[in-house]
Amino acid sequence: MPTHTFVLNGEQVSVDAADDVRLLWVLRDLLGVTGPKYGCGLEVCRACTCHINGKAFNPCSVRVKDIAPTDEITTIEGLPATVGRELHPMQEAWLEVDVAQCGYCQPGQIMTAVAKVRQRGGPLTDADFDEIRNICRCGTYHRIREAINLAAARM
Amino acid sequence: MPAARRTGQEVSRRGFLGWVVAAPTLLVAAPLAAAAVKPDGAGAAIPGVPEPGDLYDLSDLLTDATLPTAMLVTVGVNQHGTVSYALPRAEVGQGLTTAVAMIIADELDVPIEQVDVTLSDARPELVWNQITGGSNSVHSLYTPLRTAAALARDRLVAAAAAKWSIAPAKLTTRAGAVHGPRGRSASYGSLSRDAAAPRTTAHRVTLKPASAQRVIGGAQSRIDALDAVTGRKRFAMDLHVPGALPTMICRAPVINGKVQSVGNLAAVRAMPGVTDVGVVSSGVAVRARTFGQCIDAVRALKVNWKGGTVDGESDATVLAKLKKAEIPLLVPRVPLLAKTVEGSFTFYFRSNSPLETNCAVADVRADSAEIWAGLKNPIVTQQTVAQNLGMRQNQVKVHVVQSGGSFGRHLFSDVVYEAAEVSQLFGKPVKLMWHRTDDFRHGRTHPMCTSRVRATVLGGNVLTYEQRHTSVATDWTHGFGEMLTAMAAKLPGGNLTYAETIFALSQVVNYNYGVTTQLINEIFNYDDFHTGAMRNVYSPDVCTAQELITDKLAKAVGKDPYAFRQAFVKDARMKAVLTKLGAAGNWGRAMPAGTAQGIGLHSEYKSRIGALVEIDCRPVTVNRQLADSYTGPRVTKVVIVVDVGLTINRRGLAAQMQGGAMDGIAQTLTSSLHLQNGIFKEGSWDNYYYTRQWNVPPKVQVVIMPDTTAAPGGAGELAAGVTQAAVACAYARATGAMPTEFPINHNQPLGFVPLPTVPPIPQSPTDGLAHTF
Repeated sequence: MPTHTFVLNGEQVSVDAADDVRLLWVLRDLLGVTGPKYGCGLEVCRACTCHINGKAFNPCSVRVKDIAPTDEITTIEGLPATVGRELHPMQEAWLEVDVAQCGYCQPGQIMTAVAKVRQRGGPLTDADFDEIRNICRCGTYHRIREAINLAAARM
Repeated sequence: MPAARRTGQEVSRRGFLGWVVAAPTLLVAAPLAAAAVKPDGAGAAIPGVPEPGDLYDLSDLLTDATLPTAMLVTVGVNQHGTVSYALPRAEVGQGLTTAVAMIIADELDVPIEQVDVTLSDARPELVWNQITGGSNSVHSLYTPLRTAAALARDRLVAAAAAKWSIAPAKLTTRAGAVHGPRGRSASYGSLSRDAAAPRTTAHRVTLKPASAQRVIGGAQSRIDALDAVTGRKRFAMDLHVPGALPTMICRAPVINGKVQSVGNLAAVRAMPGVTDVGVVSSGVAVRARTFGQCIDAVRALKVNWKGGTVDGESDATVLAKLKKAEIPLLVPRVPLLAKTVEGSFTFYFRSNSPLETNCAVADVRADSAEIWAGLKNPIVTQQTVAQNLGMRQNQVKVHVVQSGGSFGRHLFSDVVYEAAEVSQLFGKPVKLMWHRTDDFRHGRTHPMCTSRVRATVLGGNVLTYEQRHTSVATDWTHGFGEMLTAMAAKLPGGNLTYAETIFALSQVVNYNYGVTTQLINEIFNYDDFHTGAMRNVYSPDVCTAQELITDKLAKAVGKDPYAFRQAFVKDARMKAVLTKLGAAGNWGRAMPAGTAQGIGLHSEYKSRIGALVEIDCRPVTVNRQLADSYTGPRVTKVVIVVDVGLTINRRGLAAQMQGGAMDGIAQTLTSSLHLQNGIFKEGSWDNYYYTRQWNVPPKVQVVIMPDTTAAPGGAGELAAGVTQAAVACAYARATGAMPTEFPINHNQPLGFVPLPTVPPIPQSPTDGLAHTF
């Protein structure tokens, strides 16, 4: 079985896995990193959203063999360290607004929000929110919008 | 919160009975609620003949079902000062653990951070007191929890009084400590051993007056919020149980289809990562090193299937059967000049799938079994697993894990029974997870139904109102939390009896409509389709039909929908909600053609609620183009006004209202399942159009009314139906045509290409790196 290596939340990791296993299962089932959630495995629900080299992506739709040894994968667990703090400003805003209900989609929502705000370089417009595809079945969308633009002002 | 926020509505201050339980540190038991609530001590757990819903409702039935066992619920004060409580309910996102922590913190004068609420394992001795449903949890737990906490506080004060030789009356409690004269204080933790009792004894306690409550009614953030935003919150899927490898089921191309034979068991068993493959009652189970390899194995299986239970059925055939089963409307005996207003409405199947798909961990050994899952009904689950495995109930341990949503899904434990069966077959622990596509197609649904309404009106008065609700059978076999009542629903005719009882207890007409009758009939057996509640069972659809007809009645008598409701609404609490709604939502403001306001009212669970929405049905909005997205009419504003009697957590309540509103919008405008030849077409969130960011109203406002009663009503399911109704009414006013099929897009051309049914689940894409941002 091939060995794959990449940078996970700031640390070089190696894992034995068949080439075509999607990164989500490598993270969850083999490395025990459970922040990224399974919601569809179809790049639709976005509950597994993580960052690769600072950009949002869905590990359910990437084979582990397509990840290079130098690629930096950040999951929700590693997000605060990217800004050298205990919590990322997006997480702080999430707490202030008390966004979460069941919480299942929230790691993915936060990872998407961080990438979207970085991409736009500031607060999001209605058109930007239309591009956020993450599902929240509890319907926390309104508070998600509030928290994102609260954090955008501080990022 | 202002100190005297509920003056004039004080809870009765007579004594409540509690127990100090024999233990090394302080342990108190919540009282037999009957002793306080019903002094004459009626003992019947489930009343025989229910009264109509507006006198004795579903909340009462569920609360009465918990009365005989509530005293077994205990609160402990530990030496480190934390207060622990194992909640015999599920936390599925509704915020119950936070509300419970607030109730304990307030009565006991302890910081909420020191209250540790966990979810209780299945405790069969609780009988009826471990089911989460009917928006009933806070309603049933409020007084027992306060009584236990008050008794703990009394004992801690008594311990400090003895220690310092000071009269208890001279001591006060705050912030987790007892305080005496001259700055003297002792933490609860330091007093816990002294306050404990060597044997169990009963005590009378006095609850705080409402004016002294400081936490109840405040705005508290969720106690699990930090875990949620850091990824530390653990769901069943995230648990690490040694040896419990990923497991999935290859399912039939039709609902309830069974395996005839498998052509390539050995070949699939030899696939990379696969450890076990075997036939079980719901399909072919595969266990592998990763879920990715389970998906590969499921897709590779060559299975010959036997038929299911509804193979020939499609939307149209079910609709024809519903129409045929509708109980006839009476021809009302009214004056000849009376005008008849009627409507016939169809509500298609909807999925109650939460974002976390069905998942359970099972470790079945020769003489014992251990289960982990998100469960709203753990006692029935434990009993059923034991029966299925041929074990005694006490050989099965059932742990309740927090769930990633429920919406009715976790009243049933289908995935647990599968996981136990597979674990027994393979002789190994399993973590069994449903694929998203299976969760839509084989998971539980809100049953398809019709609602027919006829009303008569004469000279500004409504003389009669009749409603006939006809539904594909809703599975009630979860009973009231234990096996006996669950079994009763399975008996011939039992499920319909349940349906009739619940319908009568939960459905009311909120207006003075003269002679009213509301009746239900069901078709199919309870298990032909996989059904269940979905943020309520009947109310959202019954309410939508009722509110649309109410607007029609208003038109018939020449009144505006708001003014008409003001004139006809039944009770004072609802009238106050309506008045507030009109003002907060700016009812009647001038709006452009193609846009409109709509209003809906609903009462249930001892609560009152109103929704006022604004909708935009102009072509420029309806035809917005977004890739892989259903747009359609846009709700631009939602205002909810709610009176839950007594608010525990303003923040949690507002969250529940906002979430319910998102459900209501989806149910009127976008989300349904399409049945074709015994299977649903939807297989992904891009097929099943639950509300997404592009459907979210830019403005959402929740107004919480001042408390009106001494006990908290329900909130979890309240906002869905009323928003569904208000959106339907707004749509009718904006387009000039009353919608009769829900969601309104159901019979428009399908906006997606259905995924294949063989293999039953799709492969994951591989091009994710092409879509980074």
